[in-house]
Formats: sequence, structure tokens, C-alpha cells
Amino acid sequence: MSAQRIKLILDTAESFKEVLERPIRVVPTLRGVSVANLFFEPSTRTRISFELAEKRLSAELVNLSSATSSVLKGETLKDTARNIEAMKVDIVVIRHSSPGAPHFLSRSLQSSVINAGDGAHEHPTQALLDILTLRERFGELKGLRVVIIGDIAYSRVARSNIWGLKTMGASVVVCGPPTLMPLRVEEMGVEVYPHLDQALPGADVIYVLRLQLERQRAGLLPSLREYTNQWGITAERLAKLRQEFIIMHPGPINRGVEITPEVADGPYSVILDQVTNGVAVRMAVLYLLSGGKHEG
Amino acid sequence: MHRKILDEEDIKRTLVRMAHEVIEVNRGARDLVVIGIRTRGVYLAQRLARIIEGIERVNILVGILDINLYRDDFQTRAEQPVVGKTEIPFDMLEKIVILVDDVLFSGRTVRAALDEIIDFGRPRAIQLAVLIDRGHRELPIRADYIGQKVSTGKQQEVIVRVKEEDGVDEVVLAEEVEV
Repeated sequence: MSAQRIKLILDTAESFKEVLERPIRVVPTLRGVSVANLFFEPSTRTRISFELAEKRLSAELVNLSSATSSVLKGETLKDTARNIEAMKVDIVVIRHSSPGAPHFLSRSLQSSVINAGDGAHEHPTQALLDILTLRERFGELKGLRVVIIGDIAYSRVARSNIWGLKTMGASVVVCGPPTLMPLRVEEMGVEVYPHLDQALPGADVIYVLRLQLERQRAGLLPSLREYTNQWGITAERLAKLRQEFIIMHPGPINRGVEITPEVADGPYSVILDQVTNGVAVRMAVLYLLSGGKHEG
Repeated sequence: MHRKILDEEDIKRTLVRMAHEVIEVNRGARDLVVIGIRTRGVYLAQRLARIIEGIERVNILVGILDINLYRDDFQTRAEQPVVGKTEIPFDMLEKIVILVDDVLFSGRTVRAALDEIIDFGRPRAIQLAVLIDRGHRELPIRADYIGQKVSTGKQQEVIVRVKEEDGVDEVVLAEEVEV
């Protein structure tokens, strides 16, 4: 996605933020547009965020989560989606554990497909809402130094943010255990530091990723306590920094693992701003994708 | 083929006359607020409000309306219009809203604006002021204050330019542009 395109989405999202402040927080824009939310993986924030975005635009929506659907009976993704499309759905929002599932669907469906997170691959609307939050704070991203900490290898949030932040002119540093660092990550144009004490000085933004607890079971981490000691963001660690910074986290937070509660709830945390911006960004994406007869 | 309908001085005089009409109809400027429709209606609204303030020596609040989210042709357009912010930083309850746009044509923009205003609150009344009424209404909507009526062909275009946006104040009637 080009910087120009990202800017259009962010500008649109800013206008939608105003809608969320109105006495009646609903506009009739997507009346008659049907959206199916297909969540094949658990989600709180993203799912509610998409649902609220759809409702505030007056779209009709249907929800499907794998736990209550025929997926359990062995129906394939393609069949599920084509059946839903046969019921005249205009937009499909999909969260799936397999990387590339949304792309696969977009090739077999007429409807627009929005990726709400696919495996360890990408989570585009998360990166967009993060970039919007940064733009609100700093005015522009050019020259910002963003340090992303944690499980880079399995994080779709990290991957989408690296693409997005670089496109918007920020410089990106990644830091985390070597076992959770993808091979040849430098080729994405980021600096890599194994130790927090090298990565944090000079950071404008400290972006803490959620540690997926199943990684430890897979033997990639000696223990959670070890992780917290080495890569956990604590008030003591932050107290050593001389610059001003903000703390971001995509949620859900493992309090006391990758970040201490006092940091997550502290004055430099913009974690809840991220959540608010999520609704506005998803409204913008739905708005820009819907209506209109798209060629090709 | 372009024909100038109003120049800078004409626009100024027209707005002064419209401001007097607004004051006359409402017997003063008490409870008046002015809301302009993006883009050029906003500048005309601000000017109209300033003129009313000068005459009545009161403070007039001005709001901005972006009607794109209330359009009725949303699903037939190829490209989505860029959405600007609506800014109505005041309570409209019991206020008389003077809604301002540059050109009144099909009436569809005004329909959208009325719906949007009513979602913000319940004003005592909404009155419509337009610089140019060019006819060809598709909805039962009429203006309360009209700068100038211009008879136009449906294919012609009325172009309103304002200093704040276009560097010049003028209204031009343009012949159909071949697409």
C-alpha cells in the first residue's frame, strides 16, 4: 500500500472520529450494505471494533465464529465463504489462523474482503490504527523512531506495522529473543537489537507486543519469568530513559509478562487511544471499499 | 463558453441583502445559528454570519456540515467522495438554523443536510439560504433566501468561486463540458 493510500484512509478515519463524538453516533452511509464477519480465531477487540464500525455506518451484519458453525463439521473455508456470498453479502471481514486465507478468498469471491488478521502474516487494520494514533500524537511519522519489542517472528501486528511505519517514513527497530526473531528480518529495513538496553534509548515509541504464551510451551523460551526479566517493560527500565516516549500495545495484555500494569496504565500509555482509533479506521476502510462499482 | 453571473462586488451586495432578509424574517438575530455545507457553503456561511453580527451587534455561531455520509447516491458512485469533518460545536435545541449552500440544484444535498442536522438535535426551525438557485429540483425543497435565480440548462454548470478556496469571488455559468 502506498503512503498516499494510507494517508487517504487516515484522513477519512479522522472524519469518522468526529462521528463517534456525535449525540447520535450513527450515520446512514452503508444502509443496505451487508457485511459478514467471519472469525475463525478468537478475538475481542478486533471483532467488536469491526462490528461497531459496521453498525455506526448502518450496515447490516452477520457474524460467524468457528465455534458455532459448520466449520466444525469439516466445511472448507471456500465453501463456507461461497455459501455466505450466495446469500448476497457485499463485504467479508475475515480473521483466520492460516496466512493468506483472506487473499485466497478475495480471489474466489465477488465481495470485497477485509483482512482482520491472518495467522502470523498480517493485521493491516491494526497497523493503520497504530499509525493514526502516532499521527495524532506526533503530527507526522517522518523521523520517528519506533521500537517493536517481543515476538517478532509470530506477530502479524509487527509485520503489518513494519510495512506501514516504513512506508510513512518512520524508522523501525525490533528487539526480542533470538528464537522469536525471523530470519533475515533486516531485509525488511529494520534495525535489530537483542537487548532492550540498546534498543530503548532514543525511542519515541515503545511498541510492546503480546507474548503468545504457547511459545513457551513450544520450547522457544526458557520461562516467562526469564522473558520478563530480559524483555519485559517495567517502570524501572523506563525511568532510565532520558527522552520522551509513548507506550503502545495491540492487546490483549499479559499483565506482568511483557509489560507491568503500572506501565500499561501509566501516563505515557496510549493503549486505549489505539482502541478508540480502531473503530474509526475500520469505518474508513469499510466506507472506502463499499458502494461504487469497482472495475476489475 | 462562460458567462459571468456575479462578480466580487455583486456577491458582497447580495450577501448583505440576504443578511437583512434573515434579520427581517426572524425579527432580529436572537437564537440564530448559521451552518454552511462543505465546501463553499462554509465560507458563504461565515460571511453571512459576520454581516448579521455587524448589523445586530450579536455573536453568531457558525457550524460546518459535511454531507457525504448522508448522500443517497453512495452506492452508484465509482469513487467514494473524500469525507471531511462536520463541526457543530453548539447545541441546536430551540435554535433557528440558517443552512447555507452555494448552489441549489436537485435539492439532494439539502435533503442530506436536513437529515444530518436532525441527527444532531432538534432546532426550532431550519431556513435555507443559497447564493444561486438554478432550478431543476428533484425533491420538494425550496430556499428561504436566494441570492440570485439563474435559469440554466440541465447540462450547464454553475461554478461558484470564493477567495478562501479559489482566490477569487465570482459566479460563472459554464456550458456543458464534453466528457
